[in-house]
Amino acid sequence: MSSKSREALVDPLFNDNPIALQVLGICSALAVTTRMDTSLVMSIAVICVLTLSNVFISLLRNSIPTNIRIIVQLTIIASLVIVTDQILKAYLPDISKQLSVFVGLIITNCIIMGRAEAFAMANPPRMSLLDGLGNGLGYALILMLTAFLRELFGSGKLFGKPVLPLITEGGWYEPNGLMVLSPSAFFIIGLLIWALRVWKPDQIEED
Amino acid sequence: MQRSPLYTILFATAVCIVCAIVVSSAAVSLKERQDINAALDKQRNVLKAAGLMEQKEKLDAAEVAKRFENIEMLVIDLATGESAADIDPMTFNQAREAKDPSSSTEAPPNPSLIKRLPNHSMIYRVLDDKGDLDALVLPIEGYGLWKFLYGFIALESDLNTVRGITYYEHGETPGLGGEVDNPRWKDGWKGRMVFGDDGEPEIEVIKGYAGPVDTDPYEVDGLSGATLTARGVTNMIHFWLGENGFGPYLDHLAEEGTA
Repeated sequence: MSSKSREALVDPLFNDNPIALQVLGICSALAVTTRMDTSLVMSIAVICVLTLSNVFISLLRNSIPTNIRIIVQLTIIASLVIVTDQILKAYLPDISKQLSVFVGLIITNCIIMGRAEAFAMANPPRMSLLDGLGNGLGYALILMLTAFLRELFGSGKLFGKPVLPLITEGGWYEPNGLMVLSPSAFFIIGLLIWALRVWKPDQIEED
Repeated sequence: MQRSPLYTILFATAVCIVCAIVVSSAAVSLKERQDINAALDKQRNVLKAAGLMEQKEKLDAAEVAKRFENIEMLVIDLATGESAADIDPMTFNQAREAKDPSSSTEAPPNPSLIKRLPNHSMIYRVLDDKGDLDALVLPIEGYGLWKFLYGFIALESDLNTVRGITYYEHGETPGLGGEVDNPRWKDGWKGRMVFGDDGEPEIEVIKGYAGPVDTDPYEVDGLSGATLTARGVTNMIHFWLGENGFGPYLDHLAEEGTA
């Protein structure tokens, strides 16, 4: 793998993370991260949509008329999202119900439009595929980390399996109610961004 | 790059056609599986309302079918309250009947925004070991804030005490009106009374917390930040348990003394 392709794939994980650096896709990151299983399904859904939309848009990039390019991108993204939603409804009905509107809202996830416009329109399909995969994984990384902390401290569980025995069930752990509410994701993502910028000071924006 | 208007239009059309084909073939080919899931989900909600299944329990299709053995599905005539023995509950489609003008009537104006009333409705009778009525699960639906909510309410055999309530389909705001799915809120319904002394539905979702069941039988905890959803829930229960809904059937049952 050439260094450029590796960059497209690995950079979005830490150096150019879509959530932590570009601060995109926050809405769904706040909403679905109360549990790890919903976060995992959401992550996979976003990775699939993002990778495929990047590939298709990149394939068409030389034939899309400039003046309607945004709407063409949206049509492709929306179609992919609807197909994903239908597949989830058919095969993972419980999780699909918990994710409710958020699968549909992948359409409005800025990461996907952002990568289509910023990368796929200007790069060949193979690179776009790697870029989509990398950004999807970057999104997934933050999502899973947030969900791990929220589910562990909010309900004492991981993937729905009890880890910290709760007081209500005869254990010793008093769950932190804030963790199951959306604001906690704000704090956690904020702290993650802080930690990341301590580790990589070049991400700090100048005043 | 700049293209001729004709090219732009043709390109847009082509993209739309391809996307439409992809989306519709996915929807059509997955429909069957989704319908099976939806039917199973509905059955699970009947069990939950009737207290035959824990809120967080996960049941597969076989287990659901097993617990359904004590449940008798019955199609009733809404207006007369009598059972319509000639209609097979397995093939009865209430939503379709409500749409068809020949099998439905215009509903009286109601705050639940129900437009047409089907002539018949499916109900679920939970039977005890001796075959007597143990609980009655009735379907309810009505407008909340954004969309219709569809669910079930289960009554004890006195036809007044609530055993449980569930919603299997709704479009309320997650975290606010969507809290109708919250098991803790649903637990607050158990033991409340529906009908007041005059025989009219009196139960209401209030603002704030309702007292204990003994002192506050007609009130249910509110949903904070979701006044309109809460009002929708109250409205639909008043409608469906009132004279235009299952009122005649409940009267019929009370007369028969099977209750």
